[in-house]
Formats: sequence, C-alpha cells, structure tokens
Amino acid sequence: MDNFISHTPNFFDDEPAERTKAMARSLGNRVLSGICITLSLLTLVPLISIVWLVLKNGLPLLNFSVFTELPPAAGMVGGGFGNAVIGTLVMVGIGLILAAPVGILSAIYINEYSPTSRLAKAVRLVAKLLTGIPSIICGVFAFAVVVAATGSFSAYAGGVALAVLMLPTILLTSEQALIGVQNAYREASYGLGATKFQTIARIALPDALSAIMTGIMLAVARAAGETAPLIFTALFSQFWAKSLSEPTASLSVLIYNFSTVPFPHQLEMAWTASLVLVAFVTVANIAAQLAFSKKQ
Amino acid sequence: MKSTAILSAIVAFAAIASDAHAQQLSGAGATFPAPLYQRWGVEYNKLFPAVQVNYQSVGSGAGVKNFTAGVVDFGASDAAMSDAEIAKVAKGVVMIPATAGEIVLAYNLPGVTKLNLSREVMAGIYLGKVTKWNDAAIVKDNPGVTMPNVAIQVASRSDGSGTTFIFTQHLSAISKDFADEVGTDKSVTFPVGVGGKGNEGVTALVKQSPGAIGYVEYGYAKNNGVAMANLQNKSGNFIAPDIAGAAATLANVQLPENLRVWPVDPEGANDYPIVSFTWLLLYKKYDDAAKSKALKDFLAWGLTEGQKFSEELGYVPLPAPVVEKAQAALAIVQ
Amino acid sequence: MPIENTETPAIGDVRVGPDVFRVICWIASATAVGILGWIIYEIVDSAWPAINKFGLGFLTSSAWVPNRENFGVLPFIIGTAVSSFIAILLAFPLGLAIAIFLSENFLPLPVRQTIRFVVEMLAAIPSVVYGLWGIFVVIPLVKVFGDWAVSVFHETWMIPGVDGGPATQVGIPILETLFAPPAYGNSMLTASIVLALMILPTLTAISRSALTAVPKTLREGAYALGATRWEAILGVILPTAAPGVVAATILALGRAMGETMAVAMLIGNSSRLSWSLLSPGGTLAGLLANQFGEADGMQVNSLMYAALILVVITLGVNLIGEAVLRHTQKATAGIR
Repeated sequence: MDNFISHTPNFFDDEPAERTKAMARSLGNRVLSGICITLSLLTLVPLISIVWLVLKNGLPLLNFSVFTELPPAAGMVGGGFGNAVIGTLVMVGIGLILAAPVGILSAIYINEYSPTSRLAKAVRLVAKLLTGIPSIICGVFAFAVVVAATGSFSAYAGGVALAVLMLPTILLTSEQALIGVQNAYREASYGLGATKFQTIARIALPDALSAIMTGIMLAVARAAGETAPLIFTALFSQFWAKSLSEPTASLSVLIYNFSTVPFPHQLEMAWTASLVLVAFVTVANIAAQLAFSKKQ
Repeated sequence: MKSTAILSAIVAFAAIASDAHAQQLSGAGATFPAPLYQRWGVEYNKLFPAVQVNYQSVGSGAGVKNFTAGVVDFGASDAAMSDAEIAKVAKGVVMIPATAGEIVLAYNLPGVTKLNLSREVMAGIYLGKVTKWNDAAIVKDNPGVTMPNVAIQVASRSDGSGTTFIFTQHLSAISKDFADEVGTDKSVTFPVGVGGKGNEGVTALVKQSPGAIGYVEYGYAKNNGVAMANLQNKSGNFIAPDIAGAAATLANVQLPENLRVWPVDPEGANDYPIVSFTWLLLYKKYDDAAKSKALKDFLAWGLTEGQKFSEELGYVPLPAPVVEKAQAALAIVQ
Repeated sequence: MPIENTETPAIGDVRVGPDVFRVICWIASATAVGILGWIIYEIVDSAWPAINKFGLGFLTSSAWVPNRENFGVLPFIIGTAVSSFIAILLAFPLGLAIAIFLSENFLPLPVRQTIRFVVEMLAAIPSVVYGLWGIFVVIPLVKVFGDWAVSVFHETWMIPGVDGGPATQVGIPILETLFAPPAYGNSMLTASIVLALMILPTLTAISRSALTAVPKTLREGAYALGATRWEAILGVILPTAAPGVVAATILALGRAMGETMAVAMLIGNSSRLSWSLLSPGGTLAGLLANQFGEADGMQVNSLMYAALILVVITLGVNLIGEAVLRHTQKATAGIR
C-alpha cells in the first residue's frame, strides 16, 4: 500500500478542498464524455436516415446491367447508366489532374518556402474565397473559358469546372496537413544534410500524405455529386461517349434529370444512380485512405 | 488505385469503336419538353444508329443563350425567341413548334374529386384575395360539393420557368388586377404562396399539404396521381384537363408567319384555357451540310412519327395544320 | 513554424543554382491566385450593366421583379447570412463532438473507422439527394415542430378580451418573431438543417485530421502532469488543433454559403423579407440556381451582381474570422 505513489483521492488523507476538486474534475470528465458521446450518437441519426433512404430507394433497381446499358428515355423501362459512370470517372479524373498539383504545390509553397510572403497570404485568402463560390459560378466560368472558346460542350470543360470546385478544399487541407508535420522531423532531416526539396519530398509530404488524401477524397466526393458545374460545361449524352470533346454524361446530371421528371421508372433510376455514386466514392475513399494511412 | 481505374476508363474510352459515319447532334434548352426530345433521340437512334441526338434541359433562357453563342446544334424554348433575340443570331433563326403542353391546377382536398374553378376565382387565389376553400365564389361553381373550411395554401414556382410564363400570361389576360399587380414573366413575385423548385417541387408541395393548390404541367399531375381542377374558359364552360381539351385549343389556333403564337385566352367552346406550344430553334443556314440534313430528317420524323409518343408522356400531339406549317418552315433550313 | 534552410551553394555538387521545385510551387500558387482573379473578372464583367443601373441600391432593395426589371437582393443577403449561421451553429458542436469522439479512444478502432467512413460517405451524397431527403423527411418533421413552436413561443399566453371581446395572444419577445406563424415546410429552418448536415462531413473530417495530427508527446505530457482526459483535450489538444478546426469551419461555412441545389429545393425562394425561421426565404446561391437557367438580359446581369455580393460577403466573413482567431488563439507557436 505504501509501495506506490497514488494519485487517486484518498478520502482519509486529503484536505476537503482537494477532495472536492478531484471529485469535480473526474465528474466533469464523465459529464463531458457523456455529452460528447451523446452528441455523436445524435448526429448519427440523420446521417443514417439519409443513407437508409438512398439504400431503400436505390437497391430495387440495382443490378449489373445498370453499368452496361444506356439511360432509358421517358416512358421506357430497363436501361442503365453505364455512360454516366464512365463520364463521372473521366471528368473527376480530369479535374483531379488539374486541381491536385496546383493545390498541393501551392500548399507546399505557402507552408514550406515562404509562409509570410504576400503571395502566401494572398493564396490563403484566395482559397477561402473560392470555397464560398457557388458551384453554378464554377460552371458559368468554365463555360465562358472553355465552351465558348472551343465552340462545344466537352468533358474537358466539365473537368475544368470540377477542378475549380475542388481546388480550395485540396489547397486548404494540404496546408493543414503540412502544418501537422512536426518540425522536429524537418530539423532532423536538415541535420542529416538534406536539401529543402529532399526534406519536403521525403519527409514532410509522406508524413502529411494521409491528411492530404482526406482532403482530396473530400474534394472528389463533392465534385462527383455536383450538378450545376457540369450542366453548363459537359451537358449530357444518352449514348456512349466517343471522345472527350463532345457532350458527356455524368451521374450527377443524370440524377438531376431523372429526379425532376414525373416518370416512375426514371425516378427509381435516379435513386439507384445515387446509390452507385455514393458507393463508388465511399469505396474509393476507403481504399485511398487505407493505402495512404499513417503507420502509427 | 484510383489512378489505375481512371487510366483504364480512359483507355476503354478510346477503345470504343468510333463509327466514322456517326452524326452527333446536340441541343439544349427548355426543361418542359426534355423527356419527349430525349425519347425521340433514343427511338430515332434505334431506327438510324448512325445518328445520335442529345438533348439536355438547361432552361429556356440558357438554351437561347447557348443557341445564340453557337455551342449547340439546336435550341429549345418555351417562350420561343423575341425579335430582339433573333436579331442577335448571325446565322438566322427558324422556329418550329415541336410539341405542346397544358398547365393544370393541381389541388389537395381529400374527398373533393371534382373541382370547378372560375376565372375570377383562379386569379383571386393567386392574388391572395380568395383565401379559403369554402369561399362563396368557389361554392357557387361547385353545387353539391361540400367545400371544407380550410385555408388555401398556394404553391408557385420558385425557379424561373416557361410554365410560370404561360400561366401568368393567361392570368394577366383574364384579370386586369393580376396584370397590374403581378404581370407576365418566367419568374414573378406572387403576393402569396410558397415556392417549389421545378414542376416536381410544386407537385410535392401540393401532395404534402392538405388544402394546397399549385400550377404544374399535365404530365406531373397525372403521373403523381394528384387531382386536377376543371378550369373555366372564355365561353364560360368548365373544361376537364385532359389531352382532348388541349388538342381542341390547338386545333383552333391560327399560326402566323414565324410560327410564334400563344393561345392566351382561347375562345372555342371546348377549349382548355391554358395550353402552349414549345419551340425548337434552328439556324437558317448550317455550315455542315451533313449535319443540317441529319437534323432535318430527325425533325421531320419527330413532327410525324415522334408525335405518337406525346400522349403517353403527357404532351399534346400537334394537330395536322400545325405539322404542315412546321414542315414548311423546316424546309427553309439549309 | 517551419524552419528555413539557407542553402549554401557548393561547387561540384548538385545543390548549385535556384531551387527549381520552388519555382514550380511558386507558379502553382500564382495559378491559384490567378484563377480567382479570372473568375472575379468574369463575374464583374457580366454584372457590370446591373451595377451601373442599380448601384448600391441593389443591396438595400427588397424587390425582385424580373418582368419589371426591378432587382434588389436584401432578403437574399439576409437569408444567406441566417441560413449559414444556423447551419454552422448546428454543425459545429456536432462536428467537433464527433471529431473528438473519433480521435479519442472511447471505442475500439474498427468501430471508429466505420463511423468515420459513414460520416465521410455523406460528403459523396449529391446535393439533389440531400434536397430530396429534405423534402421527404425533414419537411414533415419541421412542419410538426413549427406548429409546436408557434403554439409555445408565439401564442404562449392568451389574455382574455376586455368586455367579452376577442382574446389577444402574447408570446415570448424575440422567439415569437423567430417562430411566427404560418409554419411552412419549405422554410429557412428546413434549409438550414439540411445545410448543417451537408457541411458536417467536411467539418468532421478535417477537424478529426487536425486532432489526430497533434503530436502524441503533447497528449502524453498533459496526462503526465495529471490532467484528466477532458482537461487534456480542452487545455492542450484543442488549442493546438485550433487552426485546423478553424480551417475546417471556414471550408464548411464557405460550402454553406455557396450551396445551390439543395437550398433551392427547400427554402421556398421567397423574395419577401421575413424574420420568421418558419417562413420561406431565399439565399443568394439559391437565387442563382433557381433563376440562372431561365434568365435573360438584365436578369442575368443582376444574378451575376448577386454572385459578386456573395463573394464580397465571403471575404468579409473570412476577415472577421481571422481577426477573431488572432485575438483568441493562445500562443502555441513553437510547440511543434
């Protein structure tokens, strides 16, 4: 009993004030934990409600043919949305190819190279401003820049619109990810004689990679689900796409189209397409984050 | 892992055999006729696999903008194009009525299966002057029906739309008060009511609130099983909202030279009062002769064979005289 | 703060010359700034006729009558502010609670991973589906809540009429305006609730990232000094992760203010100014979504003007946020 130092309140030894303080602290601890857990569980209720709604309405029509067939027109039955799945993959891919390098490299610049420069301050402000831009403006901007210039709707234009949409998220989360890398690692790297570039490439980036992936997947998730940017840039197509410079189908526009008509079959298809979209993005999210998770 | 998926998708893309003779036509515009045009595109493609016609609803206004900018092969608009807008298109414009629709007043009154709404009542409801379902004016027109003592919940469109344009145009024609207070446009501020987005939004509003009334396209009310009111036309008759009444209206319409006309307040005894065409916008001269021919063939099919799909989808088939005039206009397109 | 490594050029070594990588990163940063500049230019270019015609009266007028070419966005500015504010008010505590929940070890790791992916899955749900969920699930609930709130806050007490006249209803001062009848389903409250849910994944994911990025040494140090779990969280971990949490909130707020589709489907888009949460309202982004497709002429210019105002509001909110952060953040520099 006397062999170890005890921190727990000993009712017979401590002064009353100490005793109450300790009790209050542990009580406060329990209460806060309770509040935290309750709030979390509370939040899960609407989350599960949405997921449940999508599952319930989307499962009935889900089968393999939705990936291999073309969208059914009004009044028709059957069909699928294979072209829309490919379209979404391609356009989100193009957007990622454009936005990820700009976002991550900018984050590297403003965090590693010159955090206090005017350009860095401008970039941070710009990223925050871009988050508030309605998605429809991204579409209108890409329309003015790509569609009007090339004379036709295309997957490229859609990709550009999505890139503008994804950029702020990727930039801001990458900056946070790099901030989260402990300076001790960088110091150790310099101590071993590495250049700045080697430190960034071999130490800071890999350590920040998992948080960067979170940001990228968040951006991808949003881009895959946004309609307005794509309607004005990629339009839609009811057929298999043959090139990237023609109107291209996408899941989000398909969902929008099918949910705004009064035809029951198309309405059901809209839910199934939503289910497929959410499933795809979730699987990609899990895979990406598990692949890049920090080895704790 | 994701990059390999994207890469393989792009490769699959490129590997898909591209038919050298394929003709791609793309159009954008009004939301209302989109399902019909898309059905035409799919059905026509079954007959002529080399021709792929795409249509996407972006709104009549955006459709006219796209058409004027030359980024689509054809446009579509519920409000046709004004002379000022036509002047901006260098290649010239040919407007062709492709189909028509009727606007119904959907209502939610459990137990009331038949409802007659007079012209004064309809304008009054949307002016906020008639506020209860058991208003004397409504009761007078519906003998034998017990009207409940419930407030009228007015639903309107929150987004700009050709439907609002046609509805307000009719109300402005039948009620001077309405014309002064609210006026005609694709997006107006009604003195009362809640806005729903799209025809589907208004339908949902009506379905969810007992005592609600809202203006929607016929197809939405029919497919959602919502009750529709009988509207009074200029002759004083209450006409049921079905395709026959709308077809009667269209048959009596006189089409002018540029095929742009709205039967704002039809005079026939059996005419349903709120009916309107919707137009396809074509250039007078296309640079690509093959494209122009493909488009003309497609529309010739649409004006004849394509009309067979109208009723099933909730649209009004074009009467024969209108089809003739439309075909004549189509011939002008080069 | 990262440490600068001043490079000493070494002859016969590959470290001579400018850092090419730095130049590339600089170009990326300049591109990011350039893109925003370009977007703003396009918006202003399109909005110019409306700016010329309406000037600043645009911001104070409540009329939005397209057929009379009379445009004013005051109700929409207020609507944007109110809906975003309520959305953040709802989402911040919930998001932070889940983020803490996921970064602490209340539950075993597999359970935490599952919850984390469920929350992040929500980011993938298209806004149209959020709108539909709002229509099917939230609107009926809000209607019920609205009727209850009206009876409790607005018609709290009935004062019998004098001499047998009609009774007057008295309510609780501020709340009665916020919950004034009639209680609609398509209302500010519905849109705010759905918005809160839409921004929750962003808030949670990034906050969780920030919390788990706090070095273990800090946490262990706090415990070693005798702190309870929550004293460690509130006193050490949260302040260290604060910049990340703030970044998460700003991203979430930006999304809330710019959300178009779901809001447009749920808020009723009324241009009538009303202080009741149970009445339909409008937001700038929702206005854009609703009207852009069908707009022409001066209406398009006015919509672009509204978009410009939205950008300015975002700027204002960000500047305020940064000022607040500077005043309240403890000096945690050097800890890393």
